Amino acid sequence: MNIGIRDLFLISPELSVIVLAIIVVSLDLAVRRKGVVIAVAVIGLLVPMVAGVSVWSDIRTTGADTAFNGALVVDEFALYFKFLTVTVLALLFLSSSEYASRFHPFQAEFYGLLLLSSAGLMLLPAAGDLITVYISLELASLPVIALAAYNKTRLKSLEAGLKYLMLSAVSSAVLLYGFAFLYGATGTLQLVSFDPAIPAIGQMLMNGESSIPFGGVAVMVGVVLVVAGFGFKLSIVPFQMWTPDVYEGAPTPVAAYLAVASKAAAFAVVLRVFYTGLDPVASDWSLLFAVLAAITMTVGNVIAIAQTNVKRLLGYSAIAQAGYLLMGVAAYVGSGPDPELGIEAVLFYLAGYAAMNMTAFFVVMAVTNRTGDETIDGLAGMGRRAPLLAALLGLALLSLTGIPPTVGFIGKLFLFNAAINADMLWLAVIGLLNSVLSAYYYLSVVRVMYLRESDNPIRITLPLYAWAALAVTSCAILVLGLWPGGLLEVARQAALNLV
Amino acid sequence: MINEAAVWAIVGLPLLGGFLIIAVLRPWTRSLWQASASVGIVAIGGAFALSLWALNSVRGHHGESIGFSPHSWFTVGGDVTQGAFELTIGVLLDPLSAMMAVVITGVSLLVQVYSLGYMRKAANAEDGAFVDYPRYFAYMSFFTAAMLGLVLAYNLIQAFLFWELVGLFSYLLIGFWFHRPAAAAAAKKAFIVTRIGDFGFMLALMWLFSHRGEFLVRGQNPFEIPDINSAAPLLSASLVTWAALGLFAGAVGKSAQFPLNTWLPDAMEGPTPVSSLIHAATMVAAGVFLVARMFPLFEASSWVLNVVALTGGVTAVIAATMALVTNDIKRVLAFSTVSQLGYMFIALGVGAPGVALFHLLNHAFFKCLLFLSAGSVHHSVQTFDMRYMGGLRAWMPVTYGLTVIAGLSLAGVFPLAGFWSKDEVLAAAWSISQLTPGTGAGVVGQATFWLALVAAGMTAFYVFRLIILTFHGEFRGGIEAVPMADRAADEAHSHVHKGESPLSMLVPMSVLGLMAIGSGAVLNSVIELGPVPAHWFSHFFNEPSPELVVWIAGLSMTLVLGGITLAVAIYGMKWFDLARMPKQWHMLNRVLDQRYYMDYFYETLVVRRALFKGVFLASDWIDRKVVDGTVDLVGWAGRNTGKFVGQLQSGQVQAYGIAVSVGVITLLWTYLVRS
Repeated sequence: MNIGIRDLFLISPELSVIVLAIIVVSLDLAVRRKGVVIAVAVIGLLVPMVAGVSVWSDIRTTGADTAFNGALVVDEFALYFKFLTVTVLALLFLSSSEYASRFHPFQAEFYGLLLLSSAGLMLLPAAGDLITVYISLELASLPVIALAAYNKTRLKSLEAGLKYLMLSAVSSAVLLYGFAFLYGATGTLQLVSFDPAIPAIGQMLMNGESSIPFGGVAVMVGVVLVVAGFGFKLSIVPFQMWTPDVYEGAPTPVAAYLAVASKAAAFAVVLRVFYTGLDPVASDWSLLFAVLAAITMTVGNVIAIAQTNVKRLLGYSAIAQAGYLLMGVAAYVGSGPDPELGIEAVLFYLAGYAAMNMTAFFVVMAVTNRTGDETIDGLAGMGRRAPLLAALLGLALLSLTGIPPTVGFIGKLFLFNAAINADMLWLAVIGLLNSVLSAYYYLSVVRVMYLRESDNPIRITLPLYAWAALAVTSCAILVLGLWPGGLLEVARQAALNLV
Repeated sequence: MINEAAVWAIVGLPLLGGFLIIAVLRPWTRSLWQASASVGIVAIGGAFALSLWALNSVRGHHGESIGFSPHSWFTVGGDVTQGAFELTIGVLLDPLSAMMAVVITGVSLLVQVYSLGYMRKAANAEDGAFVDYPRYFAYMSFFTAAMLGLVLAYNLIQAFLFWELVGLFSYLLIGFWFHRPAAAAAAKKAFIVTRIGDFGFMLALMWLFSHRGEFLVRGQNPFEIPDINSAAPLLSASLVTWAALGLFAGAVGKSAQFPLNTWLPDAMEGPTPVSSLIHAATMVAAGVFLVARMFPLFEASSWVLNVVALTGGVTAVIAATMALVTNDIKRVLAFSTVSQLGYMFIALGVGAPGVALFHLLNHAFFKCLLFLSAGSVHHSVQTFDMRYMGGLRAWMPVTYGLTVIAGLSLAGVFPLAGFWSKDEVLAAAWSISQLTPGTGAGVVGQATFWLALVAAGMTAFYVFRLIILTFHGEFRGGIEAVPMADRAADEAHSHVHKGESPLSMLVPMSVLGLMAIGSGAVLNSVIELGPVPAHWFSHFFNEPSPELVVWIAGLSMTLVLGGITLAVAIYGMKWFDLARMPKQWHMLNRVLDQRYYMDYFYETLVVRRALFKGVFLASDWIDRKVVDGTVDLVGWAGRNTGKFVGQLQSGQVQAYGIAVSVGVITLLWTYLVRS
């Protein structure tokens, strides 16, 4: 049970993020100008990036590796999400600098908490056993509770924080309960094992042959509770109810963080747990995910249509998008053709989803920050008042709808294809119907921006670094939509680690 | 012989022009709007020249395509050697795409030149309405590029990509006068209704993907158009049927066929040149193009072909009846377009794609001209309502003459363009009913023949009603006579200008006028005409020469003349007074005026009542309220445990906790029941 230099090397991305968090918070004591703190935070994120690249090049040559006696699995799949999280975080910092000034003098803590939380998110996809899953999840969640309540003077923000706290606690309890059942049924917590002496959950499950789903009641109860616990993080129906409330109440950058980074890591850990740990009982859980996917996207889209608050709208949209993503999780084919297609589709769509959802959130953040009006009607006349911002939000919404040539189109195409590949044509059809339905409310926003006049004279301007963040995300929407090949190959390589 | 780069440039030039206008000219030279117009026109002119070159290049290929091999885009699945396949991107240049490219670029060029005059007039309007010329010309360029990308697409994914872009730019163009609420609503309606059809298109793509094995074993690609078409006769029946039906659903949406026909009349809220380009010559023809493009696939399922023909026949008649009573000149033309597209689908359905394309070509010319004439009329009287026109020939002789030419062509009067292609449609429908009597196809051929014949008579009637109401009789005051309540906000201070439209409008119209006269007789002549061989158009598509069936031509001409006579009798000579007709006639009139209540059914009943109020708001309400109510029942004590908790929105947290538990229990229960 030695912990060596190599273990530290393998988690150097996470370590550097934590160190950066400490630096950012303590730097705040020394320097007065908040701009310096932000600059350090953004530039400092280059360190985990570089660390990630060096780990990646190491793994490319030696193959996937484990750290801390199998507690962490460092492979291309885990690294894919580390890069995604760090990139999302850097863009979030850039775009939210102006918004965060309302937290004065506590901006540095705001960034510090985000960094700490994302260290948890980066560990999550690398989890090699259930204990690591749980600890990483809590590491990621606890700072978010404080962040959701960060608008201390706004009752709604406090409410969002408290809601997130309580429901996070409930879902953690449910998840832990599920883990206990799984442990009881199999006697192990390992998801994967590179060491034949250590059994993994999957190996233990292989033995059970029974007519009961999952081979036994204990595993069944365990899996259902695990799905419920993760379902909260994924915001899938019926565990989605907190999402619109928290998105509406929490500071907009925190909502964006929850919608993008947190959701991506949650999908990663679900893929890891189910595709490696619970692989032998896949035929039982894949249908469960398929049904939940169908319900989730339908509920999200249907309720989104009636929304009047733009942040709530994005909340329901996030629920619907989680439903599309869940299609990829459900598309398990085992030893069938192209077994990596489902995971590949989820990975690709998560990157594209990050680009389009961040674009949407950044624009909404910029506008509501100026106007203080969070209703959809408050966006009226944006086409004239802020033509570029309106165009970018329009692009993001078209992409969320799935209209070419955006990444949303290619990404959905791949998710649908993955479902069909797994003989779930019905699910793909429901997904298609939903994407038609979603056009209605996404376009309503576009219509309000362009086709309705406003007597509000406020012009919306943005600082240069926020423009830079928007430029990156919006270009990604188009570039990934037109030339998806490169990222698809990276996603495929990452996906192959799980099949 | 054309090279591949030049074919790409057909799409690229208008695209580049659009970018140049929107990114360079619009921000810097807002006052010099002619600059952006010139860029748009030069770009489309270049594309037109290249399209002619392309057409000339495919002439010697006997209906085959010029084989430009496609380029790899990205790979679906993992290893190409193990059942994965590549998505490609490329150009497919064959007679069909070359002809479409020439029609699109040609009409777009003429319409943009026309816009020079038409839009300038709109700019000088005294109401001070905001008109953004660079934006207009940029959208026109982008739209044209998307349409060209669609017709030249090598695989179906690529085609779908451009198909959606066409819809998107049409959305932006219909909503161009966005300060009018009606325009904004119409834009959205067009987009959503066509997307319902696109759902079918997507479904067809999914279906092809799920049956990719059938292609891969033959070394073919499930999305490449030439592969699908060559494999079509060998594919399994269910694959062919569902794929073709899905594609046809897309075509029905884009081409505004029954039952998705309701968006086109509303789309007339867009600027008139837009209507003439998009809603007469190009986008609405995309559905016809798609079926023609995938024709071998449709041919492999006689059942689907029958659906196509019947949809076309029913639409041709329904839309024509709606046109009979409409007072808005542009909407009459919109209904007429839907009806004529129905003719094209009849031709496709009875197995004569060449005939459908011939009608598409002729229709593009005369219908585009009719729209431009309507724009010219509006230029003078500032309204589209024919009840306030009349007598315009006094000061618009050129517009009058051209409208009559286009109208006669549309009505199908010998020897104008419309006569030839409409006659070929009728002959094709009749011949299939004679070749295979008693079979499904034969019955459908017979039925569509009579439907098309009835529609032909009605067409003649509404065209002459339009001409007489607009140009003959007494002038009824134009916009100045329209009650204020019926005017749009920006029409409040409009005035009538008694005078002919400027040359920039009349010249493109005259070019179209020549085509409306001659394109039928010259391009697919029954006899050799000097340099043009007989049946050139059919041979260009490598199709059999259609025969001129004299009795069919005579019958249709009789009906057409009957329709014209009736229109003259009612509206010209006033031999009948429609107001004194019996009550039943007024009821019928009302049903037609309300378009058979289709809009009422879709919008009020389905969307507003059932979906919006019934489902969407109810779900939202349940989401907000019922969960709270559950908590109240479960126990209000929990909410008051702490002062702060009491301040929460009525304690939804507990409700959410309960929902989580209920969810878990439901899932477990489901599994237990299953086992």
